[in-house]
Amino acid sequence: MATTTTPEAVEKTVYGALPQFGVEESDISRDATFEDLDVDSLDLAELSQIIEDEHGVQLKGDDVAKIKTVGDAIDLVVNRAA
Amino acid sequence: MNREVVVTGFGAVTPLGVGARTLYERWRAGVSGIEDGVGRCTEFDPTEHLSKKEVRRADRFTQFALVSSDEALREAGWDEELPYDADRIGCLIGTGIGGIGTLEHGKETLMEKGANRVSPLAVPLMMGNAAAGAVAMRHGIRGQSYSILSACAAGAHSIGSAARMIQTGDADAVITGGSEAALTPLATAAFAALDALSDTGISRPFDAERDGFVMGEGGAILILEDAEKARARGATILGTIAGYGASSDAHHLTAPRPDGAGAVQAMKRALEDAGYGPQDVLYVNAHGTSTPLNDRAETVAIKDVLGSDVPVSSLKSSIGHLLGAAGAVEAVATLLAMRDRIAPPTLNYEHPDEGLDLDYVPNEARTLDSNGHPAIALSNAFGFGGHNAVLCLEAP
Repeated sequence: MATTTTPEAVEKTVYGALPQFGVEESDISRDATFEDLDVDSLDLAELSQIIEDEHGVQLKGDDVAKIKTVGDAIDLVVNRAA
Repeated sequence: MNREVVVTGFGAVTPLGVGARTLYERWRAGVSGIEDGVGRCTEFDPTEHLSKKEVRRADRFTQFALVSSDEALREAGWDEELPYDADRIGCLIGTGIGGIGTLEHGKETLMEKGANRVSPLAVPLMMGNAAAGAVAMRHGIRGQSYSILSACAAGAHSIGSAARMIQTGDADAVITGGSEAALTPLATAAFAALDALSDTGISRPFDAERDGFVMGEGGAILILEDAEKARARGATILGTIAGYGASSDAHHLTAPRPDGAGAVQAMKRALEDAGYGPQDVLYVNAHGTSTPLNDRAETVAIKDVLGSDVPVSSLKSSIGHLLGAAGAVEAVATLLAMRDRIAPPTLNYEHPDEGLDLDYVPNEARTLDSNGHPAIALSNAFGFGGHNAVLCLEAP
């Protein structure tokens, strides 16, 4: 588990994970919505596992329901770790 | 009284390559898809046919079904637009085991990394109905969809049940078939533990030296339609599901009844359902696994129902045993063979066995003569658990 949960570190994790789900790297930005990226609840469950592995932050079902954009996900992880 | 059910498209992914015609043409030419004792789909690269996301979202057995379904829909002329209300189209795809590769991978993750690391995709990929669900979703099918699990009879059961779905009026058309991807460490070890697999790695159905089956993988999909509706839309008719018969041995978990009585019952029912007699059958596509017990019992059964003169051959001699996909892959190959009036060969047949004295079409395809009539074949599929499913197939 990585110890840093800076916005930059979490962004790197999320940006690195999304292409595994078939997202084009050029489409990824903080403002991009998961809906537009065709990232659904199953992908977000996997993303949660990756985030927990890297940053030790657990995202639950309620959390996942709240986040709409890539930026939302990054901010939630950073805040949760603080 | 029964509605006629016709086939308007098919697709396949098998150890002989990608495509239904590739399967049939290579088998007819005597090509073997078995290498190092295994029938693997080496020419299949899922990324050539599916997006990255689709590949990730599908166990290999589902990938076979998806790619076969694309081919089948194209051939039926369904790829641009469904010809019927989506609520009136069903999807019924059989498998013997389902996503066992996903299951094994998930168990490894569980043991090595812990419960928190098991993929959320594990269940939707491993479930036996995953292929039926994925194919229905891919093509927007909203009628009945489910999977039939009856071991090595699943493909034939699915096609037969799909035909019934149309005959009863529950659907105008059904996407059906079978799929299997069980060339995994656990499945292979388990079949070996049963002493069911060939030690020599050679599939030689009906031969005196046969010593078990060779495992294979793949899938096949057929498009079945209500004949009247298919003709009304000007579809090309590739063949007819003329009859279907099924039965159970009620005898043993893995061994067939030595007198073949369950198989006899299923074959007779299929013929009766089609309204044909034994003399009408031009060819039998045998279950022909290359196991000592099956090939003997099946020979007894075929003799009982059809006598000794009908040509009989086994596709498993070329691609191995595709388990729950076998019945579907064999139905596709049989329909193409009947169209051409060809009996494809039983490969590796060299040594006649005592009592196994049918015409097994050894090693070379043979031309058949249907005397100007439609070509009628039986395709047999029998599964562990004592399940028997027989299709009566007809080509114009």
